[in-house]
Amino acid sequence: MNFSRRQFVKGGVTAFTFGFAAPQMLCDIAFAQGVPSRNLVVVYLSGGNDSLSTVIPYRDPFYASRRPTLAVPAGNVLQIGTDSSNIELGLHPRLTGLKSIFDAGRLAIVQRTGYANQSRSHFTGFDIWGTASTTNTSGTGWLGRYLDLLQPPIDPLVAWNTVRETPRPLMARTVGVPAITSPATYAFSSPNAGAEATFERTAQTRISSHIPVDRPHLAFVNSTTQAALSTLDRVATVNTYQPTLTYPNNGFAQALRAVAGAMNKQIGTKVFWVQTGGFDTHANQGANAGAYVNLMATLGDGLKAFYDDLSAQGMLNNTVVLVYSEFGRRISENGSAGTDHGAGANMMMLGGLVRGGIYGTAPNLNMDPSNPTLENNNGDVKWETDFRGVYAKILDSWLGTNSVTVLGADYRAGAPNVL
Amino acid sequence: MLEHILRRMGFGASPAELAAWAGVPIDTVIDRLLNYESFSTDHDSKIGLPEYVGITTQSGQPFSANTLINDARQRWLFRMIHSQRPLEEKMALFWHNHFATAYSKLAGAVGQERATRLMDNDPNSLAGSEPGQIQKLRQFGTGSFPTLLMNMARDPAMVYWLDSQLNTRARPQENFGREIMELFSMGIGNYTEQDVYAAARVFTGFNWQIVGDRASTTTSFYSFIYRPADHDPTAKEFTFAIYPNGGKVIPARAAANGEQDAADLVFALATHPATARRLATRLYKFFVNETSDPDQTLINAMSTAYLGSNYNIKSMLRTLFLSPQFRDPANFFQRYSWPTEYVVKAIKETGWSGFSVGTALTPMLNMGQSLYEPPDVNGWELGPGWISTSSMLQRMNFASTLAANQRFNLARDAQPYRQTPERVLEYMLARFRTMGYTTGQTASLSEYLRSTAWTGTDAQLQQRVPGLAHLIMGSGEYQFN
Repeated sequence: MNFSRRQFVKGGVTAFTFGFAAPQMLCDIAFAQGVPSRNLVVVYLSGGNDSLSTVIPYRDPFYASRRPTLAVPAGNVLQIGTDSSNIELGLHPRLTGLKSIFDAGRLAIVQRTGYANQSRSHFTGFDIWGTASTTNTSGTGWLGRYLDLLQPPIDPLVAWNTVRETPRPLMARTVGVPAITSPATYAFSSPNAGAEATFERTAQTRISSHIPVDRPHLAFVNSTTQAALSTLDRVATVNTYQPTLTYPNNGFAQALRAVAGAMNKQIGTKVFWVQTGGFDTHANQGANAGAYVNLMATLGDGLKAFYDDLSAQGMLNNTVVLVYSEFGRRISENGSAGTDHGAGANMMMLGGLVRGGIYGTAPNLNMDPSNPTLENNNGDVKWETDFRGVYAKILDSWLGTNSVTVLGADYRAGAPNVL
Repeated sequence: MLEHILRRMGFGASPAELAAWAGVPIDTVIDRLLNYESFSTDHDSKIGLPEYVGITTQSGQPFSANTLINDARQRWLFRMIHSQRPLEEKMALFWHNHFATAYSKLAGAVGQERATRLMDNDPNSLAGSEPGQIQKLRQFGTGSFPTLLMNMARDPAMVYWLDSQLNTRARPQENFGREIMELFSMGIGNYTEQDVYAAARVFTGFNWQIVGDRASTTTSFYSFIYRPADHDPTAKEFTFAIYPNGGKVIPARAAANGEQDAADLVFALATHPATARRLATRLYKFFVNETSDPDQTLINAMSTAYLGSNYNIKSMLRTLFLSPQFRDPANFFQRYSWPTEYVVKAIKETGWSGFSVGTALTPMLNMGQSLYEPPDVNGWELGPGWISTSSMLQRMNFASTLAANQRFNLARDAQPYRQTPERVLEYMLARFRTMGYTTGQTASLSEYLRSTAWTGTDAQLQQRVPGLAHLIMGSGEYQFN
């Protein structure tokens, strides 16, 4: 994984360095690119979400028997109706916030997304979802390729990553995506004050302008420093954002709060990356109390606060949130009251212009060898909708680009009509 | 060359250390750093002494590196700065990334004191206690890899981290069985899903137990235990050879002897040619160059040394350190410094009088590397993965904190060169080692020193010299190792 990333920098940095806009042009670009513009917020559930516990086929006769300790009782799920195969579905009881968004018609659930021969490795799986390729998992990401297609000069804040490392989906050939974990600490300090500090910042900016094309790694680091120094002041404005509601006090919700702040301050960012972890629930998953309930609380409460905040700001129709994980989990629980790595899983989307509802069909948990909805000796959920169909829909219908160019193939035929 | 050797086989050198090594033949330097076993282990006894880097105790509590994780972090940084056996700490850091285990999951289960012991207990600190995971990496990190791998399989921190204690014959659980093949040995592409299921059954019965007075969080600790009743005694079939005769089936055997299953599998994994190449490649990238394709000649030589020496790690290292590639100037500064390496080198080059390594803990977290807290079992995202706008600001800001703390020492050291900014700059560039600047960048640094008219007074040195240290340590050219 790391080796391939180095290859990526080596091959891509030349273009990368020329794609950047000079700092003084940035505000002009932000305006020229038309704010408030449409944006995409990608929420990644790290570790492999047990989506059978997120969207529950609670009447399936094999659900409880295959999950003796993890099954959520039918009486506790938040019923959302039936899918096209007449399977009754319910959200996890702790997803009350998402239930209200579903009821408002603004939450879409796409069932059984995935791909053939799904990887059960966190790392390979993440890279497959990130590159949108099952064969070349070490190249640029699908969102990175979208950014590469934008008309230069590119504003360094065109995308905004809220975690420290650039995730595979945002790796681009010509665009460096800033990592802004917290607007509050995104600042340049100095051993000195006043004019002396200004001298230092000027000098740091000068020495980082050395971008040698024949030394791609140094060019990459110096470009990154330049991007940091040139975005500090605009990011600082986000720190002044005061939402009218209180977000939960956890990293995920606070990251969403910063995203809402960036939208409010009209930074012009088109793609945001947010993630929340802890989904690798091999043990003591606690679907009814404990770990998984906490995961759902973090996810559901954070998204609900974000949704309500955007609604109050009048930004809901400019925003699509995509939620996914690298794989679903094994259907039968393991001996540790947890679940091992599986295959097909749900994707979710929400936003003011999202066509809410249930797409695709739920798996049938029957152990019958002829069951077409399962794979791996009926151990795992078999994919029905290629995840790249969902990407295609977002690229074509939301971001206004050409999904065939970005994805390298035509996945439009299988795309659910979510937008 | 000397500075390169000390930086790669250790964490860099203070001006005094460089002076002490000066004149020693390079082969001797490498030999002393590699064969460190005869050097003193008394580093911890120096913690708190005035001539060494400081530590910060927590809210009135005595310093307790075996039971408080932030104290353990400080102890490890202290060792990296002051140990007489820097390669021991460097290899421990390498293996920490390889067998990446995170403290927070352990602490959530057993509390901070016992979790800290699980991570890095010094067995001398408590009678009967076993070494923590990182201490085992020091102990076995340059010895036999099969031994190291088995020690990790039986390490109670690893047991809980990858859920081995829940992996029973009734319901095998794949977490450890998968990662030992994907991440700890052969790597992906050398095994199948069926092998994962079989490996999970091999390790059934591995567990941990509390020892001592469980009511006392500071005197009880966890150790490994094998529970035969939980072991699956039936045969396990793999797609690759487990035995020298090519046999792929670990035979059915009585549960009482079930640990032999693990011994058989671990040995097969550790001795697999794919493991030799994978370890050689990872070591090459850690010690030689990670910015271009590995030199296959050296990878082959390292693999051969490993396979021909009963799978000895030091044999690989010796081949590496004695290779012309290791000394080739083309490979100097061709690695991205890990945040730990960055921080330790910065402290060694800046000075530490009156500085506490406790100051570095939060910055390191924000740079993306909190010791004992890798992001997941795959370890940290290395190389360019360390670099983002946020992490670069964190590095620059740590440099600022450190330079401000050492303001008067830095200014005093620069006094002999105060006549001109160029002489001050020359001195500072010799002290703070980077991959080198262009003449244009050097001119920009001179220009900084002349931001207002140069006087060379103490007052000016006390502003511009720490300012310059900050600029150098914050520059892209300083981020490479």
